[in-house]
Amino acid sequence: MAVAPIVRVQLEDFDLEAESRRLTDGRKDVGALVTFTGLCRDEAGTLSALELEHYPGMAEAELTRIAAQATSRWPLTGLTVIHRYGRIPPGENIVLVVAASTHRRAAFEAADFLMDYLKTRAPFWKKEHLASGGSGTWVEAKDVDDKDAARWK
Amino acid sequence: MNIRYFAWVRERVGLEEETLEVPAGVETVADLIAHLKTLDDNHAAAFEEEEAIRVALDQMHVEGDAVLAGAREIAFFPPMTGG
Repeated sequence: MAVAPIVRVQLEDFDLEAESRRLTDGRKDVGALVTFTGLCRDEAGTLSALELEHYPGMAEAELTRIAAQATSRWPLTGLTVIHRYGRIPPGENIVLVVAASTHRRAAFEAADFLMDYLKTRAPFWKKEHLASGGSGTWVEAKDVDDKDAARWK
Repeated sequence: MNIRYFAWVRERVGLEEETLEVPAGVETVADLIAHLKTLDDNHAAAFEEEEAIRVALDQMHVEGDAVLAGAREIAFFPPMTGG
């Protein structure tokens, strides 16, 4: 039976160490642990913060659906997805994926798949607030993200 | 039916959500978009780039041909940019 993923959508920061330990503590069958952290970058000093809007309820539901696809497709021993919302300044965390498996390939691929699907299907939207002020502009979706997601068909 | 808007769709409509009696003859998502466009200038502006709008019916992604019957909530939003 596929493992039940941990999915959280939250305002506060997450702790990579604690989330990694949660998937390995007390177990002897985990041979590979892949973590991906997405951070807010300052775009060469022009960005003062990202504002992450989300669709409460559907964000959790869609992340859970994507995570369930990953656990049914790869033999994982654990999977965690945490996505933050609200105002996030450069240098701070936005998203965390932790994939644990007996062997590395499944963990690498599941984390990669999860991020590709999350970017095109999870209901989150970024607004850029510029260091120069102003009301901010919505980040446009990139075609390359659709191409990345299509790799897993 | 409860209608929710997010990101620039929300800003253009000027509302986070609204409740609407779905008129007779409006059966699909595409029908509803066509109806919403007729409500006022804000709705018309929000749905002007119709091909850019994504739709969720009861918190599941759907296309324009999805049937509304039985659904409680519909949401309109731009392509997603999380991660």
